[in-house]
Amino acid sequence: MSEIVKKFLYLNRKAPYGTIYAWEALEVILIGAAFDQEVSVLFLDDGVYQLTKGQDTSGIGMKNFSPTFRTLGDYEVKNVYVDRDSLAARGLTQDDLVQIAWEDFDTEEEVENIVEVIDTARVRELMDASDVVFSF
Amino acid sequence: MADTIDVNGKQIAVDEEGYLANLNDWEPGVAEVMSKQDNIDLTDEHWDIIKFLREYYEEYQIAPAVRVLTKAVGKKMGKDKGNSKYLYSLFPYGPAKQACRFAGLPKPTGCV
Repeated sequence: MSEIVKKFLYLNRKAPYGTIYAWEALEVILIGAAFDQEVSVLFLDDGVYQLTKGQDTSGIGMKNFSPTFRTLGDYEVKNVYVDRDSLAARGLTQDDLVQIAWEDFDTEEEVENIVEVIDTARVRELMDASDVVFSF
Repeated sequence: MADTIDVNGKQIAVDEEGYLANLNDWEPGVAEVMSKQDNIDLTDEHWDIIKFLREYYEEYQIAPAVRVLTKAVGKKMGKDKGNSKYLYSLFPYGPAKQACRFAGLPKPTGCV
């Protein structure tokens, strides 16, 4: 294992279907999470749709991968953020989004939902504080 | 895509690494045939993990990486099973890779 731990921030800005960005981003996040880095995921712009509940893709012949976001906790990603303005601009609230549980297997510490809605100032801080920013 | 395995007389397509080409083709016979190719006799303990993986995929639409599998098995079946020593004893070619293949899932995300 590398001893250097970097802060990775993944920006998800695109709607879940129509392009491959959202699915590819999720794969990159899950693969990256295996390398014991400090990972944060931020959903903004149309990317907030990726986390909406009750997606049904049967009409478009695509795999509905929204359940996969709920594995982020299993992959030890603990920081999942959603931009408040992006949600509001689309008439959405946190109640429209899936919940992602997180549990520390050793200490049995549990967090029921790690999805956190944050305002613009926090978004800016997060980007400032990150060593690496991937934008999808 | 030319590769197939013979499961009770039925030809089932697999990819170049031996994973099922089509998830819906899975039946227990697939695991039987694949394990025989790997010289493994499937026991109840193997089936527990294969079943677990299929349920995990059903729920999350993803084949878990080995670390995640270990953790999830531990949560569901207890720590005596949720450790890599136990899982490797069942699936010597890698619990995630090999067990996912037997279970008809794609290659786990996070495995190269």
